[in-house]
Amino acid sequence: MVSHDILIVGGGLAGLAAALTSDPKLNVAVLSKVHPIRSHSVAAQGGINAALANSPDAKDDSWEKHAFDTIKGSDYLADQDAVELMCQLAIPTMYELDHWGVPFSRFPGGVIAQRPFGGAAYPRTCYAQDRTGQVLLHTLYEQCVKKGIKFYDELLVTSLVVQDGRCLGLVAYDMGSGEIRSFSAKAVIFGTGGYGRIYKLSTNSYINFGSGIGMAYRAGIPLKDLEFVQFHPTTLYGKNILITEAARGEGGYLVNNKGRRFMEDYTPTAMELAPRDIVSRSITTEILKGNGFENAYVHLDLRHLGREKIEKRLPGIQEICINFYGIDPVDTPIPIQPAQHYSMGGIDVDQDCASPIKGFYAAGECACVSVHGANRLGGNSLLEAIVFGKIAGASASKFINGGGFAGPRDADITAEAKNLNDRFESIRKRDKGHNVYQLLNDLKILMSEKAGIFRDGKQLQEGLDGLAGLREAYKDAYIYGSCTRFCQEFVTLVEFAYMMDLAEAILLGGLKRTESRGSHSRTEFPKRDDVSWLKHTLVSYSDKGPVLTYRTVNVDKYKPQERKY
Amino acid sequence: MSTKFKILRFDPPKDERPHFQEYIHTPKPGDSMLEVLKGIRDQQDPSISFRYNCRAAVCGSCAMTINGTICLSCKTQFEALKTDVVVIEPLPNLEIIKDLIVDFKPFWEAYNYIMPYLQPEGEAPPKGHCVEEKDMERVYPFITCILCGSCYAACPVVTRDGRYIGPAALAKLYRFAIDPRDKRPWSALAKVDNPAGVWGCDTVFRCNDVCPKDVRPTDGIEGLRRKMVVDRSKHLFGRKK
Repeated sequence: MVSHDILIVGGGLAGLAAALTSDPKLNVAVLSKVHPIRSHSVAAQGGINAALANSPDAKDDSWEKHAFDTIKGSDYLADQDAVELMCQLAIPTMYELDHWGVPFSRFPGGVIAQRPFGGAAYPRTCYAQDRTGQVLLHTLYEQCVKKGIKFYDELLVTSLVVQDGRCLGLVAYDMGSGEIRSFSAKAVIFGTGGYGRIYKLSTNSYINFGSGIGMAYRAGIPLKDLEFVQFHPTTLYGKNILITEAARGEGGYLVNNKGRRFMEDYTPTAMELAPRDIVSRSITTEILKGNGFENAYVHLDLRHLGREKIEKRLPGIQEICINFYGIDPVDTPIPIQPAQHYSMGGIDVDQDCASPIKGFYAAGECACVSVHGANRLGGNSLLEAIVFGKIAGASASKFINGGGFAGPRDADITAEAKNLNDRFESIRKRDKGHNVYQLLNDLKILMSEKAGIFRDGKQLQEGLDGLAGLREAYKDAYIYGSCTRFCQEFVTLVEFAYMMDLAEAILLGGLKRTESRGSHSRTEFPKRDDVSWLKHTLVSYSDKGPVLTYRTVNVDKYKPQERKY
Repeated sequence: MSTKFKILRFDPPKDERPHFQEYIHTPKPGDSMLEVLKGIRDQQDPSISFRYNCRAAVCGSCAMTINGTICLSCKTQFEALKTDVVVIEPLPNLEIIKDLIVDFKPFWEAYNYIMPYLQPEGEAPPKGHCVEEKDMERVYPFITCILCGSCYAACPVVTRDGRYIGPAALAKLYRFAIDPRDKRPWSALAKVDNPAGVWGCDTVFRCNDVCPKDVRPTDGIEGLRRKMVVDRSKHLFGRKK
C-alpha cells in the first residue's frame, strides 16, 4: 500500500495545475496513464481566453464581458456565478503563466498578443502561435519538475474506493510491472479528461476514453449534463485532426461546393466566428443539402491570408495539412468536417471542485462545474482546466489541513485491489468470447449514429437498446494474449466498462431533454424551452439502472434571451 | 495490398532476447504506420505493446524505428515507405521495456539536469513581462520540441558515452537561455560547460536530421557554446555573477 496526502489522477493541465497549488507541506503525487507530457492537453492549439484588453480593438474589454459571452455561448445553461469566478481569475492566471515561462506571442509594445475567437465580442484569446496547449502543458510540467512533484507514470487507475461517503484511495494497474497496486490518500483529485473516443470521429487523442468520469459515477457521484457533447466544426477530413478555430479567428473562410461563404445564411453578423455548436450544425446542414464536396466535407479556405501570416500564426496547421493530407493551405483549401471534440458535462462538482463524496475533487474536462453549460466557447477549456485545477489543489489542501480526513481504512482498498486482481485472472483464463476492440468499435459506431450533432428521440432510444446488447456481449469479453505488462487490451477492457456507463448517461439525458439547447439539437424539438428545461441533468448510478434528477441553473445576473450572432 | 511487417518483440524476463515476429496485414488507403500497428494489434495480436496517443505528431509518444529510420509512427505514412517488407523496431540508445516500448529514464534525467524551467527575477509583473515578438521568435524554433526522444536515440555521442546528456536537453536549455524573461545564473550554464554537456556534441547533425518537428538541436548547442565562451570571459573578469 502506497500512501499520499493528495493523489492527483491525470497529468494534463488540470492535474498539473492542482499539483502546483496543493500545499507544498503535504505529500502530493500525480498518477497518469501516460507520461504527463503526452497528455491530451498538448493537442489544444488556438489559445486561452482572458480579458487582458491588449488588442487595439479590445480596449474596453473586461472580465464581465468575457463572462457574458461565455454565458450566452453556453445557451444560458452555465452557472453564472461560476463563470464570473473563472473569468475574473483568468486575468491574474495569464500573468502567472507568463512568469512561469509560457512563450505567449506578443503585440508591438511587448504585451501578450490576443486573437479573435468564436462567440467572443473582442479579441480575447491569448496564444503561442498555434501550439498553445503544448506550451502550456510543457510549462506546467516544468514547474512541477522545479517543485519536485512525485509522478507515477503509466498507471491506469481502475477504481475509486469510496465507503460511507468518504473517498479512501484508489486501485491502479501498473502497466510497467503488470501488477495491481493500492493507493491510499486523504484526498483524491481527478483531472482525467474527456471521453472523445466513445465516438467514431473525434479530434481526441486515442487514449481519451473518459474512464475517470465513469469511476466517479460508479463511486456514487452524479454525472451532470452529459448529453451536451461538443462537435468541433473544423477537423481535417478523414483524419479528424483538429484544425484550430484560430484559423477562422485569423480570417479563414468556410466555403461550400458552390464557392459561397455559406455562414452568411446562418449567422450573418458573426459569420465564421459563431460559436462551435452553430457552425457545426451549419456545416452539417450544407452537406445534407448537397452543398458539400463528395457529400462529406466543406472547405476551410486560408489562401487569402497569404504565406507570411499562415507561416507565422498558423505554422502547426500548415504542418498538419502537409504531413497528414499532403496539401499546403497556402495554395489549397483545407477539406474539413465536424467531429466530436469536447464534453461540456462531467462529474458533478461545485465551484470549489468538491463533490458530494468527502475528499474527492475533480477539475478540467472530466468535471462539470458548470461553466460551459450547453456549449463551450473556444479558448475556455484551457482556461477552465488551469483555473479549476488550481482551485481543486487548494480545496483538497484546505480539506486535509482543516482536519476533514477521518483516518485511513486501508483494508477497503486492499479488498478492491483483490477484486480487480481476481477479475483480471478470471478474464485471462477465458479462451474465447468477444474481442474488446470489436466491442469498442461497435460502441463508437452506435454513438456516432445515435447521439450525433442532430439527434431525435427514436435514435436515442435505439442507442439505449443497442447499448444493452453491448453490455451483454461485454460479459464474456476476453483477452487474447498472455501478456501482463503493458497489456493494452486489459486497459481497454477496464475502460470500456466505464465508457458504456457514459454512453448511457449521454443517450438517456439526451432522450429525456425534449428541447434544443447549445450542442443538444433535437430535430423534433427545435426550440429552446426555458420553462421546462433551464436546468441541469444529473444522472446517478444505482443497481437498478441510472436515476435522473434535475437541478436549477444559477441565472442571477443575465436573463436568458434568444441567442443571435 | 498485403504487406509483410516484421515487428521486434521482447518481453523480459520471459524472453531471453529480442526476436522479430512477422505479420501479413493489408493497410487501408491513407493509413499512417501507427494505424497499421493498431490494425495488426486489434485484428491479429493484441499482445504487441507500443506507445501512442495524439496521432497528430504533438504528444511525442510514438517515436520508433521504421525500416531503419527513426520517426514518429503517427506521422509516417505507410504508402510513402514503398517497400514490400516493413521492419519496425524500438528507438535505439534506450533500453527496451517491452516490444516497442523503451525506458526514457536517462532522457528525463538529462532533461531534469538542466533545470528545465524559466528562472525569472522577482514576482510576476502586474501586467506580464514586456517582451518584443522578435525576441519571442528566437524562442519559437525550440518550443516546437515535443520531447519524443528521436534525437537522443539518433545521437552517436549518446551511443558511445552514457554521460552525454544529449541534444533535446541542451536545446531545451538554450530555449531558456535566450528567453528575455530568464535570468538564470552563470552557474546554471556552467553545469553543461563540459564533455557531458555542450562540448560532447560531434556536430554531425543526426539530431537535426531525425527531428519530426524540424527543431535543430545543434543550433541550440552551438548557440550555448558561443554564449559560454562569452559568458566565461565575462565571469572571469567579474562582470557577471
